[in-house]
Amino acid sequence: MSTSYAAHADDHHHHGPDPGLLRWVFTTNHKDIGTLYLWFALIMFFVGGFLAMGIRAELFKPGLQLLDPHLFNQFTTMHALIMIFGAIMPAFVGFANWLVPMMVGAPDMALPRLNNWSFWLLPFAFTLLIGTFFLPGGAPAAGWTMYPPLVLQGGANVAFMIFAVHIMGISSIMGAINIIVTILNMRAPGMTLLRMPLFVWTWLITAFLLIAAMPVLAGAVTMLLTDKFFGTSFFNAAGGGDPVMFQHVFWFFGHPEVYILILPAFGIISQIIPTFARKPLFGYESMVYATASIAFISFIVWAHHMFTVGMPLSGELFFMYTTMLIAVPTGVKVFNWIATMWRGSMTFETPMLWAIAFVVLFTIGGFSGLMLAITPVDFQYHDTYFVVAHFHYVLVTGAIFAIIGGVYYWLPKWTGHMYDETLGKWHFWISTISVNVLFFPQHFLGLAGMPRRIPDYAVQFTDWNMVSSIGGFVFGLSQLMFLYIVVQTIRGGEKVTERVWEGAHGLEWTLASPPPYHTFEEPPHVTEAEAHG
Amino acid sequence: MMTAAPRSDRTTAARANRRTAGRLAVVVLAMFGFGYALVPLYDVLCEITGLGGRTGVVAANALDGEVDTSRTIKVQFLGTVSSRLPWEFHPTVASMEVHPGQVYETTYFAKNLSPAATIGQARPSVAPSIASLHFNKTECFCFVEQEFAPGEARDMPVRFVLSRDLPAEISTVTLSYTFFNSRQTG
Repeated sequence: MSTSYAAHADDHHHHGPDPGLLRWVFTTNHKDIGTLYLWFALIMFFVGGFLAMGIRAELFKPGLQLLDPHLFNQFTTMHALIMIFGAIMPAFVGFANWLVPMMVGAPDMALPRLNNWSFWLLPFAFTLLIGTFFLPGGAPAAGWTMYPPLVLQGGANVAFMIFAVHIMGISSIMGAINIIVTILNMRAPGMTLLRMPLFVWTWLITAFLLIAAMPVLAGAVTMLLTDKFFGTSFFNAAGGGDPVMFQHVFWFFGHPEVYILILPAFGIISQIIPTFARKPLFGYESMVYATASIAFISFIVWAHHMFTVGMPLSGELFFMYTTMLIAVPTGVKVFNWIATMWRGSMTFETPMLWAIAFVVLFTIGGFSGLMLAITPVDFQYHDTYFVVAHFHYVLVTGAIFAIIGGVYYWLPKWTGHMYDETLGKWHFWISTISVNVLFFPQHFLGLAGMPRRIPDYAVQFTDWNMVSSIGGFVFGLSQLMFLYIVVQTIRGGEKVTERVWEGAHGLEWTLASPPPYHTFEEPPHVTEAEAHG
Repeated sequence: MMTAAPRSDRTTAARANRRTAGRLAVVVLAMFGFGYALVPLYDVLCEITGLGGRTGVVAANALDGEVDTSRTIKVQFLGTVSSRLPWEFHPTVASMEVHPGQVYETTYFAKNLSPAATIGQARPSVAPSIASLHFNKTECFCFVEQEFAPGEARDMPVRFVLSRDLPAEISTVTLSYTFFNSRQTG
């Protein structure tokens, strides 16, 4: 059997990629599609980053300098939509495409043509969305949360935004279905569920969150669409609707969404830390159960985003307690990462630096989240820069740091070349210092009462805004180093071994670096030693 | 060449994949439906809890004529007009002192400032929301659409009664109306 398989592999006409650019349009190869997703995410990261630079430039000093208030609101709204749906989510799907088949020993994703379609929807969605900047009335400006009635007062951009959200929603739902089917049906013999790398586990759970939450968002924006253009009154008080209901429906999607943005990051960190601590991950099973608990609880905490709408006391208490409950499984994870490093033979290559920074800085974001969960004080923090500081700590130093760390970790495997370690460390230190200069002062601004989503502010907020903006410019520019390092590594560099890292475990490290175009056409047999080190 | 067995293995695998994908697609459709199901669920929840300040149904013991003179509740009145309705609209008195169980009447003044006949529809809201369950209107201009001729002005009555089981900690209740242009719902 195995000889006939090998013979077949030799005759197969698809040894490598098709020549020419159309390869990228028609490809159904999981590695090609992973690469497309990652490049798309990087481009969107720079587009969203450009908008962030505009925001920080305007906020450098009080008064209106560069952006008029309407354009400023367009910048904040589009910055959020592009970073969430265009940068972070596609980056994680890119990782999943590259790694899930290689980690579970499958030849490709389960539904390769669906995979191609999932990716190619995205450029269309974001063309629709970003194109709104050139419409009369400009881009959406009511915030990424799209609260009615304000959002319905937008011009033509409302329809463009809603259809863009629909298309990117369809894309991520199809991507999620593909990942679930691959993980459930295509694992190699011996790859039992509890031998799967944590990255695969976190993605499996994330994919379930996606198929449960994204359709609810699709429903919510469809209601907006019919309210705006077809005379329904879901959120229109004059017709008997209720604008607060939008907030409930939106955050029923929105809170699982924030775990969609962070669970794969937990997975990446859980791969990196054991490698450089040269110890198996501490508490593997508790990590799996913690991830699943976080995912479950994320569906029953949504109203903590809207404590100020006027809820009964019992509701406020319920959402406060459930929100705080999330800290328990999250604490289990942080504890396990630290316990993995404890008495390990640690080395501090670039991916490990990003992972350690993730653990420290994400935890700061977690703590400010706990502060926000306390209902009575949330009334003061609500819609201030404290909230902005909180979610940037969990999304930038959380999700983005994990993505960058993950790229450094797997880039040698993907390209066959080692990145420039010196430049990588420079990139890390500049980013980590500047990101704290950028976001830490925003805690102070928020506690002092500076509201979010404003282009101008009272003069007492000037100093910390200037500090924050300087940190922002340095952080933004330092990401160009990342682009340079990635391109340089793709074009050449020191050749790496299959294993790349001394302490790396998992099926992807048994393949050549770079892996051949088609891998695991014949399923490998998985041993406990390779699975958990 | 591939032997027959692996090929049929592969088609079986592909069929299994499609079956799993199909099941997941059903979950997706169900969740899309669930998003819409949240709308009636929300209405039911609001009716039970008073969330959103929707006024309650008349409780049986609210209208039996017994008046609780030991409690005096302050009822405040607010009137707001949508920017799309060219009307003047406000309560004739700002507040009243009332006893639970007794029926009171007050009026709101409305005037059509536009040169055309317009139809408005008022939406009531009671704060705090827990009090809305115990606030009963026996007559209200908000029950039906109001048509005003050009320049027409009217005093519109509201008759209400506070139920005697109004929670003890509540001493002030606010009744607010917003008039919307019912011909323009966008």
